[in-house]
Amino acid sequence: MSEIPLVTELRSRFGEGIIDVNLEAIDEWVEVTPDVLVGVCEFLKEAEGFRFDMCNSITVVDYLHTDPKKAAKVDWEPHMEVVYHLSSIATKMTLVLKVKIPRWKNGVEGELPGVPSVSGVWSTADWHEREAYDLSGVNFLGHPQLKRILCPDDWEGHPLRKDYEQPLEYHGIRGR
Amino acid sequence: MATSKIDDPRVIEFDVRTDEMLINMGPQHPSTHGVLRLVLRTDGEVVSDVEPHLGYLHRCAEKIGENLTARQWVPYTDRMDYLAAMNMNLGWSLVIEKMLDHDLPERARHLRVIISEMGRIASHLVAMGTYGLDLGSFTPFLYGFREREKILNLFEEACGARLTYSYLTPGGATADLPAGWTDKCLQFLAEFKEVIPELHTLLTTNTIFVSRTAGIGVMPARMAIDYGCTGPVLRGSGVYHDLRFHGEERYTEMYDGYVFDVICADPETGLYPESNYEFHGDSLDYPEIPRQAVLGDCWHRFYVRMLEVVQSVRLVEQAIEKYEATSGDWGTPIKLTQKLPAKEAYMETEAPRGQMGFYVVGNGDAIPWRVRARSSSFCNLSVTAPLCQGILLADIPAIVGSLDVVMGEIDR
Amino acid sequence: MAEFVDYILNLDDSWFSYLVGALVAAVLILHVVAVGALLFIWMERKISGRIQDRLGPTRVGGKFGWLQTLADGIKLIAKEDLTPDLADKFLFKIAPYVGLAASYAAFIALPFADGVVGQHVNTAVFFVLAVLGLEVFSVILAGYASGSKWSLFGAMREAAQVVSYEVPLGMCVVVPVLICGTMNLTTIANMQAGYFTNWLVFNDPFTFLTAIIYFTCATAGVNRAPFDLAEAESELVAGFHTEYSGLRWSLFFMAEYSSMFVVSALASILFFGGPHGPIPIADILSFLSIDQLGNPDVQAFDETAGGFFSSVNLQVIIARLLGVGNLLFKGIIGVTVMMWIRWTFPRLRIDQVMTMCLKYCVPLAAVGFLGATAWQALDLPTANSLLGSPRYHHHELWTHGLEHQQGSENASSEASDDETPHAEDKTVKADEVFANTVPVSVVKGGER
Repeated sequence: MSEIPLVTELRSRFGEGIIDVNLEAIDEWVEVTPDVLVGVCEFLKEAEGFRFDMCNSITVVDYLHTDPKKAAKVDWEPHMEVVYHLSSIATKMTLVLKVKIPRWKNGVEGELPGVPSVSGVWSTADWHEREAYDLSGVNFLGHPQLKRILCPDDWEGHPLRKDYEQPLEYHGIRGR
Repeated sequence: MATSKIDDPRVIEFDVRTDEMLINMGPQHPSTHGVLRLVLRTDGEVVSDVEPHLGYLHRCAEKIGENLTARQWVPYTDRMDYLAAMNMNLGWSLVIEKMLDHDLPERARHLRVIISEMGRIASHLVAMGTYGLDLGSFTPFLYGFREREKILNLFEEACGARLTYSYLTPGGATADLPAGWTDKCLQFLAEFKEVIPELHTLLTTNTIFVSRTAGIGVMPARMAIDYGCTGPVLRGSGVYHDLRFHGEERYTEMYDGYVFDVICADPETGLYPESNYEFHGDSLDYPEIPRQAVLGDCWHRFYVRMLEVVQSVRLVEQAIEKYEATSGDWGTPIKLTQKLPAKEAYMETEAPRGQMGFYVVGNGDAIPWRVRARSSSFCNLSVTAPLCQGILLADIPAIVGSLDVVMGEIDR
Repeated sequence: MAEFVDYILNLDDSWFSYLVGALVAAVLILHVVAVGALLFIWMERKISGRIQDRLGPTRVGGKFGWLQTLADGIKLIAKEDLTPDLADKFLFKIAPYVGLAASYAAFIALPFADGVVGQHVNTAVFFVLAVLGLEVFSVILAGYASGSKWSLFGAMREAAQVVSYEVPLGMCVVVPVLICGTMNLTTIANMQAGYFTNWLVFNDPFTFLTAIIYFTCATAGVNRAPFDLAEAESELVAGFHTEYSGLRWSLFFMAEYSSMFVVSALASILFFGGPHGPIPIADILSFLSIDQLGNPDVQAFDETAGGFFSSVNLQVIIARLLGVGNLLFKGIIGVTVMMWIRWTFPRLRIDQVMTMCLKYCVPLAAVGFLGATAWQALDLPTANSLLGSPRYHHHELWTHGLEHQQGSENASSEASDDETPHAEDKTVKADEVFANTVPVSVVKGGER
């Protein structure tokens, strides 16, 4: 695959920062630590031959089974994944970056976990990160204006978290 | 002699200064295409800052997707870009097929080209018409809708719905095209080709239209890419990128054997590809580019859409020919409770408004673990704030209109 | 009218007959405004419908939906009259009346035909333009008093736009005034009597240019597309009338449509022969000879004739009715052209509107003015003289310094339009002016 030189390049540059590479997946993905994320992104955007100049999407996937029976069956611990879909207009390549983060910062419920913001690398990440923060509750550190974008500013909770509960009422409107 | 207080230039400046005004444009405003709210900071007619506020149409379709099976979520994709629902269906269908590694019969492939390109024409007609409306010309809107109605009639015949079709589903389509449909479609295309120059006369080459759009909201290619702009907005800036050519194999193979152009000006020469298309024996010439137009301005974005319509006509004509020539299955939809593998797939398609991406994470259940829709309008709209600085109030509808956003898709 | 009432009631110059005369004129003109708006709004719907490939109203009032506007009017009257909390209540309420009053008042001096005019004003051109210009106050008041930012934007745009366009508009209007040597609209119209080649628009290339600029500026002056920035719905929601509803809102529309008619009628009087049709039917049918135009001895009603029926000059009345028909027809054509433009073009931006005014309209109007002046001064041929069609002695030039040949007859006919109380001294002045006047036609060997 065309990503293989990319992976060697990434490994040589970021070493321990590259946690996992899956080239068998439908869309090949590379998992990196939050620490090197911005560096990797900058490298991917600028590196000759790759030039991932477009950030297509930033998604947060919440891995949590609220049902303990189901939770017992799965082989993962509850966590969240921030998924970056990148592509290149110059070279027409695509790549998926993943960052695993805990569901709550330091395990304290209510404290949002943090990921470094890549809005400095791609301007489009600004709104994508705002949306991810709004719906999934991930704190993008260094984001210039991290506030809700789709939900109202005074909305409580982050709807795309698996343990989200619809508020009983919002400004006198019954929720559930 | 002591300077009197009034002669102090600072005092005079203070007295004649004008206050900035914060204005709410929307969500109930005629030209914000639905429920977009723009907060403008203006000094007289000059707008210094624009802040878009979204979410008035937010339904959290992604959360709904975590509670429905893949086929059950198809109607929710309809309600994203409701002006091009067929293309939304297509995007979702393709990503599920990618996940299941489900291949389509050839006939279904051509059917999808017909339907999605007709959807593109219908969508661009609205984009064209509403853009005229944004600039104060009401007539092109109705001209656009007149033609769109004919397409909707065709769609209605094919699937029974006029706006939210749910026609293309994972696995193929809900039904084959009815008998005689292709003839009606060809007849429509023949009529429609006569109308295209009319639309060009009404807007593209109109002096007032040109002076309202040319050189306004200029977005360089680098900026367009940086802000994740896609589709006609990106190509209007001279970036040669169309997923029908450059996308994933699963998508581009749909267009295998088709001849069409990517509508994009050459950044060097500023020229568009020659119109290689003929009807009535005459070449369907594109109108001249006015000299005021700058690559990446509102006029070019509009122009790209207008020319793409012609390419779509070309594609549909070829597709109908191929569709007629192949026999067999139109593609059976997957089971309603089809289990999704514990994999994840992301796929983008070239929807009329840009690259519409869907991301699915499965966990072995019929209901996906996570569904994500990457909206093209969402990214296209994000460029509003940097584009709308230091412009006149009247340019805001011109710029936002040229981005052609659909709020249903942005707010999801 | 006053004389007629005097005669019937056997009064002698009574205030009562003046009152009755004024009331009759007011009611008749109100019909032009109200029924005109009714007609024009219906026409706008029909025309826009046809332009946009739809039918427009079809049902109300039987065929063609011709009562649609009336039905809408009833709906509007029945609607709640809302006043926003933040509005300046008094100004908010009177603003629509100001606008309607302004465009209504402009009709006072607008001659529908020779002698068919609310009040003869010697400076009718000036009066109509000045009064029509007052309409801008209603928009500014409405925008300011609404307490809405969008309305304020509309008002500011209107103020900037209308005030700027007054300049080229005035310069264009000066051209016919200059050629005819009078500000009296009736006289200007009568000078263009005869075949259409005698219209001022065909007088020389510069008047043609001026006529086009006049129409452009008039369109801008009455806020019609593509200059309808004050109510630009895609930018300013509805501009100055965003906060209005019901009857007050409809008054704005009545004002708009009646001013559209006023400027169109003014255009037809100034450039397109006014009540004199393309072909002088009245003349041909010898209802009224062209010589009798403006002649004080030829009136619809002559009280010296003795006897009620003998004193009514039926020929004159028919000729005038034909004239009224002509003028209405031409005015409606002008309005139709405005509608046609509105439903075809996008809207200009405010800076483009101002550019158009200051960079194109004003210089072009100036060129037209200078050119037309030079044309007159140099005595260059007009369309009429080139075609060799007959010219009428009314078409004459005060710029011409030749010896007076047939002046006395003309002078009396010209000066006779002054029926204002202060006509006396003006007549003297006019006499002096026309004493030095020579009909070009005569000099050029034209025929009477």
